[in-house]
Amino acid sequence: MSLILDNISYIYGKATAFETYALKNVNLAIPDGEFIGLIGHTGSGKSTLIQHMNGLVKATEGNIYFNGADIYDKDFKMKELRRKVGLVFQYPEHQLFETTVIRDVLFGPKNMGMEQLDAELAAYGALKAVGVGEDLLDASPFELSGGQKRRVAIAGVLACKPDILILDEPTAGLDPVGRIEILSLLKQIHEEQKITVILVSHSMEDVAEYVERIIVMNDGEVVMDDSPRVIFEREEELKAMGLGVPQVTRVCRRLHSLGMDINPDCITIDEAEQEIKKKFGLV
Amino acid sequence: MIRDITIGQYYPADSIIHRLDPRVKFTGTLALIVSLFLFDSFYGFLLCGGFVAAVIIMAKLPLKYVLKGMRPILFLLLFMMIFNLLLTPGEVLGSWWIFTVTKEGIRSALFMGLRLIFLVLGSSIMTYTTTPNKLTDAMERIFAPLKLIKVPVHEFSMMISIALRFIPILLEETDKIMKAQQARGADFENGNVFKRIKALIPLLVPLFVSAFRRAGDLAEAMEARCYHGGKGRTKLKPLKYAFRDAIAYIVLVGLIVGAVFIP
Amino acid sequence: MVNFDQVTFEYIRRDEEGNVESINKALDDISLDIKEGDFVVVLGANGSGKSTFAKHINALLEPTEGIVTVSGYNTKEEDKLLQIRENAGMVFQNPDNQIVASVIEEDVAFGPENIGVPTEEMWKRVEHALEKTGMTAYREKSPNKLSGGQKQRVAIAGVLAMRPKCIILDEPTAMLDPVGRNEVISTVKELNKQEGITVILITHYMQEAVDADFCYVMNKGNVVMKGKPREIFAKVEELKQYKLDVPQVTELAYRLRKAGLDLPECVLSEDEFTEAIRRLKCR
Repeated sequence: MSLILDNISYIYGKATAFETYALKNVNLAIPDGEFIGLIGHTGSGKSTLIQHMNGLVKATEGNIYFNGADIYDKDFKMKELRRKVGLVFQYPEHQLFETTVIRDVLFGPKNMGMEQLDAELAAYGALKAVGVGEDLLDASPFELSGGQKRRVAIAGVLACKPDILILDEPTAGLDPVGRIEILSLLKQIHEEQKITVILVSHSMEDVAEYVERIIVMNDGEVVMDDSPRVIFEREEELKAMGLGVPQVTRVCRRLHSLGMDINPDCITIDEAEQEIKKKFGLV
Repeated sequence: MIRDITIGQYYPADSIIHRLDPRVKFTGTLALIVSLFLFDSFYGFLLCGGFVAAVIIMAKLPLKYVLKGMRPILFLLLFMMIFNLLLTPGEVLGSWWIFTVTKEGIRSALFMGLRLIFLVLGSSIMTYTTTPNKLTDAMERIFAPLKLIKVPVHEFSMMISIALRFIPILLEETDKIMKAQQARGADFENGNVFKRIKALIPLLVPLFVSAFRRAGDLAEAMEARCYHGGKGRTKLKPLKYAFRDAIAYIVLVGLIVGAVFIP
Repeated sequence: MVNFDQVTFEYIRRDEEGNVESINKALDDISLDIKEGDFVVVLGANGSGKSTFAKHINALLEPTEGIVTVSGYNTKEEDKLLQIRENAGMVFQNPDNQIVASVIEEDVAFGPENIGVPTEEMWKRVEHALEKTGMTAYREKSPNKLSGGQKQRVAIAGVLAMRPKCIILDEPTAMLDPVGRNEVISTVKELNKQEGITVILITHYMQEAVDADFCYVMNKGNVVMKGKPREIFAKVEELKQYKLDVPQVTELAYRLRKAGLDLPECVLSEDEFTEAIRRLKCR
């Protein structure tokens, strides 16, 4: 199972004076089972890119291959792609519409053509995975709290049993604990269900903590694609794009440049803690 | 992009017509429409045609742009002209199968067509040269006397301007919700009429919920900014007549007088 | 400037027959006093009652019990509503849902128009407000063309044009990216410093509280912590209990101190952290 983007470009207003590239020559391979962070400032093309991945937007140039099949082929089953590549939009709770939580979560699986029993099993499983209790199954989704609504919406996509789960800023607007809860939930889903997770985020701190690969976008182009540690070495370039590195990385580098024997590549609080403890002989 | 859709298709340019008070343009459009029905001769159309042409030139509107705006009414225009052409009794010029063409028919088809063209031209010149905000301002002022009979004139114009502000946002939202549901396998394009209508529920429910939420938020924000209806309100850009507006009114009176007295 | 005296606010939910279904205390016996010219941050997780608190200052809500006084006016006095709202302007979370007009400068004038400011004076206020928020270049643009951060600056300008003594911002950055967040916070800080306007910032981004004169932490309708940022941020465990967190360096310093390093009780910035570690090393 893999998704390959081969030289994708997306152009607005092609052949007019307003021709602009929303995406430019994007090459990416998304193999099985990775936890990926997609980073870039607003307008860098992240949202357009993820909408290409499940065929909602058609590239003006280039090809996309899902498990070897060209998704722009006229025999290609787009519905199958939509099922296998689940896309959770920003503020996904705004798409809830059914009378009960369970019916809303069932919407996806049923559209995808699952049998009633399979669909129900998938829906229950998804709700359990996102931590929505059985007592809420028959509640109206509109009466839940903000955090619960978001979980139900994520479950609605998860219930389609995707191989790749893409989430556009799933923590936007949540409080600190709500944010950590959603992120660790995703980590858990990634580990238990062995699915690829692509996390679109603004927060370098969050990304450093959870993902194993970062894709950085700028002006519609993929400018970096590597492990977090390698990416964060390019601090100056990131700054120039309106991004940065985690706060702990910055302080470790400052201590390092002051001549202290501290690894300048710490990217999480845990790592920095261990480094400094080691330095002062506490470990 | 969907956000770039401009309602009323305002065409920004620096011209005397753009600068005219919107009330003048509003009454001017009404005057043109009235005068179109006051006469029944070719001279009348010459007068109106000259008037409209002069306004288009003064407004610096590209002819192509103006003509493009006529496209949506083309079908209606043809339909009305053919209808008039074939169904007006009078001096028979020729007939074919069940159709008869009369002298009066040609005349009435031509007049009807011209009236419709001028009518649409006149009102689109108004929207091309006036921002929606100014237009609602003008309407609020023109219909102000209706407040005496308890018509909520201020509230109506506030509603229109808020609707104009939020239409592009809701269009974008529609696009977003549609994609989000498509990502969950929703199909808006295939199936029979019933299926398609049913498919709209997952789009319309979130859209209404969102519109109501926005309306609630906005009402609160307006209240927080001291909004309490039209009473005691002042304006950043109050409508004020200038000398050119007086001249414009004289021209308009001239147009109507001309239309009445034309042979 | 703003005084809460034993304020309680109850949301009463009724069923279809109008019987009371549940009573929810959104504010529970709150007493506090905010001084003129202060930069005050109110922290709290979602559902802690901080929005309800904010709406009381602007008289959008009236207390069920107790008294709220805003620059001398009791918010229960119906005939003083306009004065209260003129004095204490409010900026909301969603940038789109608080802009009324389709042209920036007209929106900034909306408040002054409502309170009957003469046209000539209004232009001066609008120009000043646009300048102070750095939005002069966009004055004739449509709000739909602006970024989230810019829209929030327009909202701030709209409040500023009322010549308020106090601005309340209810999670103004929750829906913004890091760039927009910075724009808004630095604009607000400047207004506080240069114009002496009292700022009450409601947020759950802890970083935004670091430079505050005073902080309140809310939980379940109560003020559970109050003090200078340094005093609040020293209590990492307690904050976490209220579903909040602290900036990365603060957390790191806290952990190292617990492990036995002789660090100050609370570290708020990268500078402080590097300085503290450097001093340790010199010893």
